[in-house]
Amino acid sequence: MGLAEDVLAGDRLALARLLTRLEDEDSRGEAVLAELYPHARHAHRIGVTGPPGTGKSTLVNQAVRWCRQNGMERVAVIAVDPSSPFSGGAILGDRIRMRDLAGDPGIFIRSMASRGALGGLARGTAAFVDALIAAGYERLFIETVGAGQAEVDVARMADTTVVVEGPGMGDEIQAIKAGILEIADVLVVNKADLPGAQAAVQALHASLGLAKRPAGSWSPPILTTIAESGEGIEALMEAVNRHRDHLHDSGEGEARDRARAATRLEMELHHCLAERFRRELADGRFEDEVQAVFERRKTPAQAAADLIGERP
Amino acid sequence: MAKKLRVLIAKPGLDGHDRGAKVIARSLRDAGMEVIYTGLRQTPEMIAEAALQEDVDAVGLSVLSGAHMALVPRLLEKLRGQGQDHVAVLLGGIIPDEDIPLLKEMGVAAIFGPGANTEAIIRAFQEAVAASPKAV
Repeated sequence: MGLAEDVLAGDRLALARLLTRLEDEDSRGEAVLAELYPHARHAHRIGVTGPPGTGKSTLVNQAVRWCRQNGMERVAVIAVDPSSPFSGGAILGDRIRMRDLAGDPGIFIRSMASRGALGGLARGTAAFVDALIAAGYERLFIETVGAGQAEVDVARMADTTVVVEGPGMGDEIQAIKAGILEIADVLVVNKADLPGAQAAVQALHASLGLAKRPAGSWSPPILTTIAESGEGIEALMEAVNRHRDHLHDSGEGEARDRARAATRLEMELHHCLAERFRRELADGRFEDEVQAVFERRKTPAQAAADLIGERP
Repeated sequence: MAKKLRVLIAKPGLDGHDRGAKVIARSLRDAGMEVIYTGLRQTPEMIAEAALQEDVDAVGLSVLSGAHMALVPRLLEKLRGQGQDHVAVLLGGIIPDEDIPLLKEMGVAAIFGPGANTEAIIRAFQEAVAASPKAV
């Protein structure tokens, strides 16, 4: 079958199929990823997050174009949109803003539904990143669902996190300053031609100015862009590249990579243990305990302890 | 996890009216499918490439311009040329009756005109995917 060889040889259909298997948690996908994983090392992972409607997809479209015009041979995009909590279905519409990128064989775009994950990404996003890097994509853009405060998973997965804000955030900046602002390596106020952009920049400066940083550490620049026209994209990508160099020179990049390994192993353990535990429970025991919690006979912690205590 | 149906909804050609395509996208989403919507004015090449990268099970085309006899064969040819023979292709829009047998012969799984029942369209996607040869 040789799906791993096909992916390494640059077969895009094989890559697309592998991504589907990884997303569906098909064990054949995991086996292929295990073969590819040693190759999933050298790339620059750029996370792009921010509230809905700030122009993340349009910005990614321009940034990818810039990368291709500036000597990068293979650039990939993973664009995550939310799944419906009711039907489980999803509309994945980020490609609408990326139509400029069509027809370029150096670009691979994959849309992903969040499938119930809450951190702004999907459970399979990390595996997608590995597969794309192994396939030779040297720059990866990971675009989250429209995110507000708690969707900070992307910072654990990316080397450089770009937080995109829109004009007219005003006091809302205050509301989010404990959230995604803290994970920003580069801050962007997009739609800078609209009223309120300068106020947003000032509010971000005020908010970041309060943060205490050790000497020699990275200080997130605040930039303005008009993604629709491409204005400011060059400066944005220069800042992103400077951050990559900083990660390399300071050793922070390696520290992040190690932290990423720890986070992912821990997440995988949680997932596998929970799955295995559920499989080993006698039929109906989980539902019994749900009922007990529902009737307030037990707290969730008591019910969990009881289930764990009776495990064979 | 059960395999989720992934569907690409695309508007090839030059007509600028995508309300129908959006209604269908929404209905398929509500039926639990993951729907990639690519927007207006797509060439058959763009659609085939998006279908490949997204590894979809089916492509739904909306054509109102009358250019379906030019666009659909080109898309089918592109898909087959890329090894995407397993991708079911469905068509909606303003399609004259006399073209329907020809399009079906080319390999279009189902064709719907204005006012088609969304339940029937959802079923047609499910059946077309079930009937098409699976990718290995």
